[in-house]
Amino acid sequence: MTVLYHFLLEYPLITAFVFVGLIMWISGHLGKATGNRIHGSAIAIVFGLVLAYVGGKYTGGKKGIADVSLFSGFALMGGAMFRDFAIVSTAFGVKLEELKKAGLPGTIALFVSIALSVAVGAAFGAAFGYTSPVDMATLGGGAATFIVGPVTGTALGASSEVIALSVAAGVVKSIAVMILTPLLAKPAGITTPAAAAVFGGLMGTTSGTAAGLAATDPKLVPYGALTATFYTGLGCLLVPSVGYMVLKALFG
Amino acid sequence: MVIYGLALMGGCMLIGTLAGDLIGYLVGIDANIGGVGIAMLLLVIISRRLMDQGKLSKLAEGGIMFWNGMYIPIVVAMAASQNILAAFGSGALAFILGLAPVALGFLLIRPLAALSPKEASAKIAEEV
Repeated sequence: MTVLYHFLLEYPLITAFVFVGLIMWISGHLGKATGNRIHGSAIAIVFGLVLAYVGGKYTGGKKGIADVSLFSGFALMGGAMFRDFAIVSTAFGVKLEELKKAGLPGTIALFVSIALSVAVGAAFGAAFGYTSPVDMATLGGGAATFIVGPVTGTALGASSEVIALSVAAGVVKSIAVMILTPLLAKPAGITTPAAAAVFGGLMGTTSGTAAGLAATDPKLVPYGALTATFYTGLGCLLVPSVGYMVLKALFG
Repeated sequence: MVIYGLALMGGCMLIGTLAGDLIGYLVGIDANIGGVGIAMLLLVIISRRLMDQGKLSKLAEGGIMFWNGMYIPIVVAMAASQNILAAFGSGALAFILGLAPVALGFLLIRPLAALSPKEASAKIAEEV
């Protein structure tokens, strides 16, 4: 047992690959059990947050499960360097001309939604005592997606606590979109491709929109995904720059 | 070669991050302003151009796609190494921040969708 333990400690990153792989596998199956109504990726991130909670409780440290030496590789695998690299890779093969297909309403939806997210993050963040522009922008990023939050937080130098909140907010949003979309599609008017493109731009969470639309009408998925794929990139571009500067000018 | 894809992506990331730091320096903020976004924009433009010219091999693409596939697992690892305990005190905030934009979003679908001319929405349907 101790031999195995020391063996795993020697390769922290590889150990993290194995455990994250396991989490993805279990989450994927749980997702299937919900009829893909809740995407496996969202379940996996919730798993991650639960692990961070357990780790924090167990060690009293600040790096979640990564403070448990067996899982120290999680900090490396999920660190800013690999994370930003993986996020940049998602831009590969994206066609800017596709945005034209989404039309003007879809494009407006993207900008409106990012502005709204920053406003929501700033307003409620401040109400909960996070009054610095860095925290407000990070929370606003989290209200956009679970990626824009940490990217903004790391770029601006927010604390892990605020970054954790922004990830949690993004995950809540993603799951809410998955669950609510099939229920609200009719009354909200998501019945045409154009409306689906607007919907994707407003919600922004790719996994949320894809899973939500799939449960509503699979034919609408590509239209929603079309605009949603631009959302995280645009958020990573605008929230730590324009968003933060506006907040700093107003509240700094 | 696989490494070409990584080099291309890495180059975009370094330039983007540098640009983000520079913008921060210029506006007098000690932070990276939009670096990841700039890197993504660069990769979109450069990779598109290279692909159109047929200069990006399948292997080089594979190098980039590998990281694309690692995106969610890395986010899981990131989520697992956050200080969630400290954030727990404001746990309600996470729910409000996640739900408010969704509620606002559902309300805005109709007004924004109404902006699209009838023929345009029909055209989208034809093209795909």
